[in-house]
Amino acid sequence: MIKTIGICKSFSDRKVLSGIDLDIKPGMIFGLLGPSGAGKTTLIKIITGQLAPDSGEVNVLGRNVSELTGEDKKKIGIMMDNHGMYDRMSCTDNLKIFADIYGVPYSEISRTLKEVGLGDAAKTPAMKLSKGMRARLHLARVLMISPKILFLDEPTSGLDPMTMKYIHKLITEQKDKGCTVFLTTHNMEEATVLCDEVALLNEGKIVERGAPDQVCRRYNHQKKINIHLVSGEDIELAHEAGSAEELEKLMSQGKIETIHSSEPTLETVFIELTGRKLDNGEEAQYA
Amino acid sequence: MRNIGVIIRKQLKDTIKNKTVLIQFVMFPVLTLIFEHAISIPDMPELFFTKLFSVMYMGMAPLTAVAAIISEEKEKNTLRVLMMANVKPWEYLAGIGIYVWTICMAGAGVMATSLPAGDVPFFLGVMATGFLISIAVGACVGIAAPNQMVSTSMVMPVMLVFSFAPMLAMFNDKIEKVAKIFYTQQIRMLLNNMTLDGIRPENIAVVAVNAVLALILFFAVFRRKGLEG
Ligand SMILES: Nc1ncnc2c1ncn2[C@@H]1O[C@H](COP(=O)(O)OP(=O)(O)O)[C@@H](O)[C@H]1O
Ligand SMILES: [Mg+2]
Repeated sequence: MIKTIGICKSFSDRKVLSGIDLDIKPGMIFGLLGPSGAGKTTLIKIITGQLAPDSGEVNVLGRNVSELTGEDKKKIGIMMDNHGMYDRMSCTDNLKIFADIYGVPYSEISRTLKEVGLGDAAKTPAMKLSKGMRARLHLARVLMISPKILFLDEPTSGLDPMTMKYIHKLITEQKDKGCTVFLTTHNMEEATVLCDEVALLNEGKIVERGAPDQVCRRYNHQKKINIHLVSGEDIELAHEAGSAEELEKLMSQGKIETIHSSEPTLETVFIELTGRKLDNGEEAQYA
Repeated sequence: MRNIGVIIRKQLKDTIKNKTVLIQFVMFPVLTLIFEHAISIPDMPELFFTKLFSVMYMGMAPLTAVAAIISEEKEKNTLRVLMMANVKPWEYLAGIGIYVWTICMAGAGVMATSLPAGDVPFFLGVMATGFLISIAVGACVGIAAPNQMVSTSMVMPVMLVFSFAPMLAMFNDKIEKVAKIFYTQQIRMLLNNMTLDGIRPENIAVVAVNAVLALILFFAVFRRKGLEG
């Protein structure tokens, strides 16, 4: 569905992407993870033909991206955080423009607005929408065309948890309809719950890839058990047979308040691989 | 082709809500109506305000409107969304051009109400040509400017020259000599005669050269920057 071979891209003398290979199968949600500045947006722009790579090849829908026909493009929905709305126009009028361009019947407009939870805001000018509502209007614009492929660049970045959940639900529904989803995020929780496959992007290279739980298991070499005692003390035991005796003792004495085995998350995997936190930059940005 | 219609409809919907563009479209037609009916000074040439204001309208409204519309769409990245939806740059530009031209012609129609009926076709024909040149110049600015602020500051001097030169030329011979190289001044001269017989080769030549230069500039800017700069 989406295939890239050896994508490289530099801006002036700064190398942003160096040799990105991807092969995304139809009907899956693929997540590109990386801290801000990693090159996620740049890669989406290259895959969607908005930016030419210095070298490498992009195939979308089985065709080189530069050779996509008008019909092909109508099957591709793209939501980028910097893409605008017609601010003075209402939600409905905004969608009408694109319904006209894509040849989508007007009945889809109100249906999609309800689907994204903007049914009551149909007549509100886009500039009066809250950030979360605006994100949902963006989503409505791409969902309305019933895309075969959906590109979402940080679809939930900076949104409240409620809106975030809502958008996750909408994305999953698209997958259920057979849509292939390519999303970027710096939120590893999001990637874990949403994505069938992830790739971790750092300094222009993909440093790890696979299903989220697979990736995590691959890095499960710490194998620790963390115990919080009733006394308030925290202790750490190795996750192995030798710890059984100690554990049994604590347990039978009723000293244990909570007990966890430490499985790696995408976050800890990322830190281990790169030595940097995933959402550092973004936190600063939104603080 | 269908996309041209989409762009025009989008603009029509936006017009009523877009005060900065709207005011450009209605200011001179309304002023003309008021001045022609309310002010009469002895010895003032016949239809003075209609003839002066229509040329100022021509040098101002299409230019600023086109530049403002294109640069706003660039700044807010709505243009990018249209392009991703497979709207071709020429479809977009044609849509904006037709829209602005049509509205300006409606404005010219309002201004023509003071004219004798027989002069109206000549007047509208001349105005139609002038609007086209102004639209091409406005598109150059819109395409060249990366955002609305730059667009406004680029459009201002151009607009002042084209729309005020014909007025200042009335008071100063030196300015008149310079102003003659601009299409707006030539069109002002055409409107003063208001007859086909009064058209001099010089008028046609200057307007044609202006038009050709505007088109060359337009294609040059478009080739260098593309629609999205
Ligand atoms: N048009 C551009 N010109 C120069 N540098 C750019 C341009 N676009 C992006 N960059 C740089 O490329 C790097 C990656 O940017 P981006 O793809 O936006 O990262 P992400 O989306 O992962 O946050 C950043 O360092 C950014 O400054
Ligand atoms: Mg980004």
